[in-house]
Amino acid sequence: MVQLTLPANSKIRAGKTVKAPPGAKRVKTFKVYRWNPEDGQTPQVDAFEIDLDACGPMVLDALIKIKNEIDSTLAFRRSCREGVCGSCAMNIDGANTLACTKFIDDVKGDTRVYPLPHMKVVKDLVPDLGGVFAQYALIEPWLKTQSPPPERERPQSPEERARLDGMWECILCFCCTTSCPSYWWNGDRYLGPAVLLQAYRWIADSRDEYTGERLDALEDPFRLYRCHTILNCTRTCPKGLNPAKAIAEIKKLMVVRR
Amino acid sequence: MPTQDRPLSPHLQIYQPQLTWTMSISHRLTGIALAVGTLLLVYWLIAAAQGPEAFATAQALVGSWIGRLLLFGWTIALFYHLANGIRHLVWDTGLWLDLPSVYASGRGVLIATALLTIVTWIAGYWFRGGA
Repeated sequence: MVQLTLPANSKIRAGKTVKAPPGAKRVKTFKVYRWNPEDGQTPQVDAFEIDLDACGPMVLDALIKIKNEIDSTLAFRRSCREGVCGSCAMNIDGANTLACTKFIDDVKGDTRVYPLPHMKVVKDLVPDLGGVFAQYALIEPWLKTQSPPPERERPQSPEERARLDGMWECILCFCCTTSCPSYWWNGDRYLGPAVLLQAYRWIADSRDEYTGERLDALEDPFRLYRCHTILNCTRTCPKGLNPAKAIAEIKKLMVVRR
Repeated sequence: MPTQDRPLSPHLQIYQPQLTWTMSISHRLTGIALAVGTLLLVYWLIAAAQGPEAFATAQALVGSWIGRLLLFGWTIALFYHLANGIRHLVWDTGLWLDLPSVYASGRGVLIATALLTIVTWIAGYWFRGGA
């Protein structure tokens, strides 16, 4: 359901401010969302002043610097630091992206860092992704066949393989899903752009033999048709992919097979 | 720690204004405005059917400055909803869904809305013969 305001336990308080060390010349303030599950308080936003001359170029570098040198209690996910693992997805300067590929200099003024929007927060910048991964499992993201397995691999022409370009590259960071207002209001039943992009990745695979069943599973007022072509997904994807296009292709297939 | 106590991360409160979702919510709001505007149109037609006195009252109401302001707003709503509705129809065919096309067509809708609204009002005053 649409609820435009935050519930009482989610209202944000002003937090602490940590000043930059004296003598710092290029100072930038990072306003970071904090929530500690153990202190019984509502969330707050802490301001950390960072000396950019002693910090790497990416927002993730600043977060790691804060955790290493200023406040070790800061919690966030990160792994590859090169945009292929999807762990450090978060809302930076109001838009969802990967902290590791977002240049600090691309944000003018203070940099606001929040968790992925409209998600349950585990701690600080760590959202609970249990729901989105359960939805991912629902579309059965693996090759499904009925015909007996051939002696070797199932062959695919270069053209058939090319149809998967723009879909296999998805790293499941869920920037798109959590940027979608439709997913905010109906995330319990609407699958969201990331999962639908992956659903289409298997529908479009020439080797998969369960296209009909896959479409059956999506033929639902909520799972697929809560997409209203808002296009925040395509706008925000840090990998430059196009979930909205994939969803439109699924909708077209639904019409064609009637 | 029970997980149901976990806060909801902020969403509308913090999300950057972008052409994509601001034009989408505008499409809904103009749709609602047009539904309300249709009620005024119905009132105007009923007044016309009732006789000269009722029609004169309706004309005075619609012709007042606040009436004209509302009509101007509804003209914007009509042309925005029309143009953006066509944009949505094109999207339903699978076209114009790449980001440059989304932004180009979005700006096109805004320009078309402005032009059609201005032309309509100039034409309205022209045929009426002045204010």
